[in-house]
Amino acid sequence: MAIESEVLVIGGGLGGLTSALAAAREGADVRLVSYKQSTLRQASGLVDVLGYTPDGDGPLTDPYEAIPSLPESHPYRKVGVETVRDALSLFDDAVPTYEGEHTDTNALLPTHGGSIKPTARYPAGASAGLASDTRDTLLVGIEEMVDFDAPHVASHLDATGVPFDVRGETIRFPGDLRADAKVTRYAKLLDTNSEVAVRGRMVPAREALAQRVNPLLEGEERVGFPAILGDDNPGAIRDALGDHLGVDVFEVPMGPPSLPGLRLEDALFSALDEAGASIETGNPVVDFEGEDRIEKVCIEKNGAKIPNSADQYVLATGGFVGKGVESDREGVYEPVFDCHVPHAADRYDWFEGELFGDHEFARYGVATDDDLRPLDESEHSEFENLRAAGSVLGGYDFAAEKSGSGVSIATGYAAGQRAAQEAR
Amino acid sequence: MGPTPHIAVIGGGSTGAGIARDLAMRGLDVTLVEQGNLTHGTTGRMHGLLHSGGRYAVSDQASATECIEENRVLRDIASHCVEMTGGLFVKRPEDSEEYFQKKLNGCEECGIPAEVVSGEEARAMEPHLAKDIDKAISVPDGAIDPFRLVVANAASAQEHGARIETHSKVTDLIVESGEVVGIEVEHDSGPGKRVHGTEGGTEEIRADYVVNATGAWAGRIGDMAGLDIEVRPSKGVMTIMNIRQVDTVINRCRPKGDADIVVPHETTAILGTTDEEVEDPEDYPEEQWEVDMMIDTLSELIPMLDEARTIRSFWGVRPLYEPPDVGSDDPTDITRDFFLLDHDERDDLPGMTSIVGGKFTTYRMMGEQIADHVCGKFGIDADCRTADEPLPGSEDFSVLRDYMDEFGLRSPIGRRSVERLGSRADDVLKTDGPNPTVCECEGVTRAEIQDAIEGSGSDLNAVRIRTRASMGNCQGGFCSHRMASELHSEYDESVVREAWDELLQERWKGQRHALWGEQLSQAALNYALHATTQNRDQDPADGDPVDFSAFDSGRGQTGGSVDSADVAADGGTDGY
Repeated sequence: MAIESEVLVIGGGLGGLTSALAAAREGADVRLVSYKQSTLRQASGLVDVLGYTPDGDGPLTDPYEAIPSLPESHPYRKVGVETVRDALSLFDDAVPTYEGEHTDTNALLPTHGGSIKPTARYPAGASAGLASDTRDTLLVGIEEMVDFDAPHVASHLDATGVPFDVRGETIRFPGDLRADAKVTRYAKLLDTNSEVAVRGRMVPAREALAQRVNPLLEGEERVGFPAILGDDNPGAIRDALGDHLGVDVFEVPMGPPSLPGLRLEDALFSALDEAGASIETGNPVVDFEGEDRIEKVCIEKNGAKIPNSADQYVLATGGFVGKGVESDREGVYEPVFDCHVPHAADRYDWFEGELFGDHEFARYGVATDDDLRPLDESEHSEFENLRAAGSVLGGYDFAAEKSGSGVSIATGYAAGQRAAQEAR
Repeated sequence: MGPTPHIAVIGGGSTGAGIARDLAMRGLDVTLVEQGNLTHGTTGRMHGLLHSGGRYAVSDQASATECIEENRVLRDIASHCVEMTGGLFVKRPEDSEEYFQKKLNGCEECGIPAEVVSGEEARAMEPHLAKDIDKAISVPDGAIDPFRLVVANAASAQEHGARIETHSKVTDLIVESGEVVGIEVEHDSGPGKRVHGTEGGTEEIRADYVVNATGAWAGRIGDMAGLDIEVRPSKGVMTIMNIRQVDTVINRCRPKGDADIVVPHETTAILGTTDEEVEDPEDYPEEQWEVDMMIDTLSELIPMLDEARTIRSFWGVRPLYEPPDVGSDDPTDITRDFFLLDHDERDDLPGMTSIVGGKFTTYRMMGEQIADHVCGKFGIDADCRTADEPLPGSEDFSVLRDYMDEFGLRSPIGRRSVERLGSRADDVLKTDGPNPTVCECEGVTRAEIQDAIEGSGSDLNAVRIRTRASMGNCQGGFCSHRMASELHSEYDESVVREAWDELLQERWKGQRHALWGEQLSQAALNYALHATTQNRDQDPADGDPVDFSAFDSGRGQTGGSVDSADVAADGGTDGY
């Protein structure tokens, strides 16, 4: 007897989680299965909706305004601009620790490389770092952390023309962490606020960190750190540092492993759990049955194939990065249901010679109808009860547009909601 | 004897650097100029094979004999650049038995230690060899790092007083009264390049003698004085795998053919190669079929290559030369021997000699002969010492110490750093501050990067070839911004940004030929990190000014300056 649900979502990234959440809130009996660690640990944790048009115009102040002029193949065009707004409302409700919902206008945030980028939602921990905020800024880097060189980031930010003075200073992190400590080690130390030795005296870690930074302040009203300020209690850590320093404290989003990305993942899993969905992680979907309609899928667990059946399915397995779209020398394919992935026959047409050229591969993924059902080569739906959401979709270049999270949330929301409605 | 002669050497590959070192050690004044980074031309685009001579033991025994002699010399003077992997010439059932015997006899005739091993023994040494390999001949092939070797030669030349100018392109030969008396060079200036005392603009370098060691580019230099130097550039593709499928150099034992060698190199294995004549050493097609052929043909020897991940491919151009009267049609028939063209004897233009042809393994011997030749011109009687004096990094080389404790580095990283640095490890790795890892794929620490920056300036590609940082699996996806930041203590932000862009573009160039499977997934991740997370594709620092006031400046406000008290209020309202 198969494990049964009304809606089965495959994939535990932003698209899958939103999809399952939308379906659960619609009242459906939802099950989410995911295999690998989601790509959220590699993402900055910012929720971009649309920062640039496919032609490269931008940064856009209003992402919603640009959506109706996107190419028809774009996932935003499939779901429509109102669905994008509704989906973000769901996100705002599920993850109250994010900000940006007070306006349609994009925010510009500093990146850990020293540039700025447009985004629509940002963690509260990043909010004091907005680049349109005119307060002078001190960035503090950790000598041992090669991913965030504060003086370099500060001078790069200055070159982008930010409307404030910005300086970078580098400190030795208090406590005895080795040179190659992972970000989670720093976070843990600050979460537990364990005592560390400072000149023979034991001092709580948060206070010790503030003591290192305090003499470096030259009247700046805000201080930015790399995103290492705690995993479990980031708000409390920022408050403590802010109290000690008498300034606002913020985090600059970082590359992998990204604490803001991991915190977002945790928040969404909690919301999904609260909504009553069943969740199974760590096991891959290896097989399925069905011709025009998916009857069941098989999940491999400890060598056994466990059947899971549902009325409606959502494919949210990710793109090339998340391995929801794969390739070999012969072509590009979708590995779970073998949905058609349109692509050029010659693999040398998949990319451009310039690093940031208009790469075709970046837009590869399944094509869908307006109901997000994947289409086969002759543009008929592959399965009547399968929808796709997130980076497994083709037709948009999330990296160039800065639209990855927005597309995942909008299509996840639409796919999950429609699957739930159709299941009844 | 008059004042010390000044020799201008053109070309910063293995040959030019070898010549510069030799001449400088013999007490001559030397200036070496190179249009790009050291190894910019053919040297930086080879498979890294230290020949035993086995490859030429049938077709070209003179070259084979030179190879085994120099193989022994380099193991001695360049131990920190060499990994003695050993090599096998493997015979598949369809390969000729007669040729196998010829190879074996040829090795014996050339003094190359060679031994027949059974198919079973060969597979015991290299478990991924195909099951149907008949047998093999084992020879002392090795792997050599061409970047490290050339940098060490240049460093040694500098220690002996030579001037080394990279990013300095020769724009003309100065000819006066029917004699070459110097060169005119255009120094690159500004961002992304090494910063020199003589940076920027044109310089006339007067010399008592000029050596043209530009390999495949020799004809271009010759043209500047109306000389006809018929180099026949021949391209070859090399494909880099993400791991070492073999720890021994694997050669196919057959007369000649494409895709017949796999060289284990550092963390990778390099598949080679093809041999196809091209018109222009800088502009030739790089094609898909060439990469496919490497994988498909070499899978006959090592089946797992068919499914394995490649991280990039690159092409090199051999500087082949043959005297005009030979007239080979097929580049594979052109000798691998080198030729010293004295333009006084050959073209009645005194003051310059070109060296063409030859092989990387015998670069030192070529340097010795040309240094003898130049010294002869000036009646200088000085012995060559390059075969006896170790290169910087290869003196008192010992890896037996416990470097993990010594330098506070995690074990595999410490070991790899020490292997790269050789006897310089103490100097480079003993730092006051923390020494975190910058490139995780290749285990390169901040101290090594800083040492390379000291040697090569603001050029991150020059840092790359000195350290291997950004040359591993992720191809710079995770470490290029870190490398850029390491430059920032010394250079302005705008210089850093250009050097960073240059590195990213260079890394992309070779990866394009490996974009399927795992590496396409990696490339998509790198693209996301650089474009999405860092917004480097739309960096306002490089583009149009942004109207910051038009964007969200905090809760409750859209545009304009923000009331700081308002923003301060959001601390502590949440758990994030």
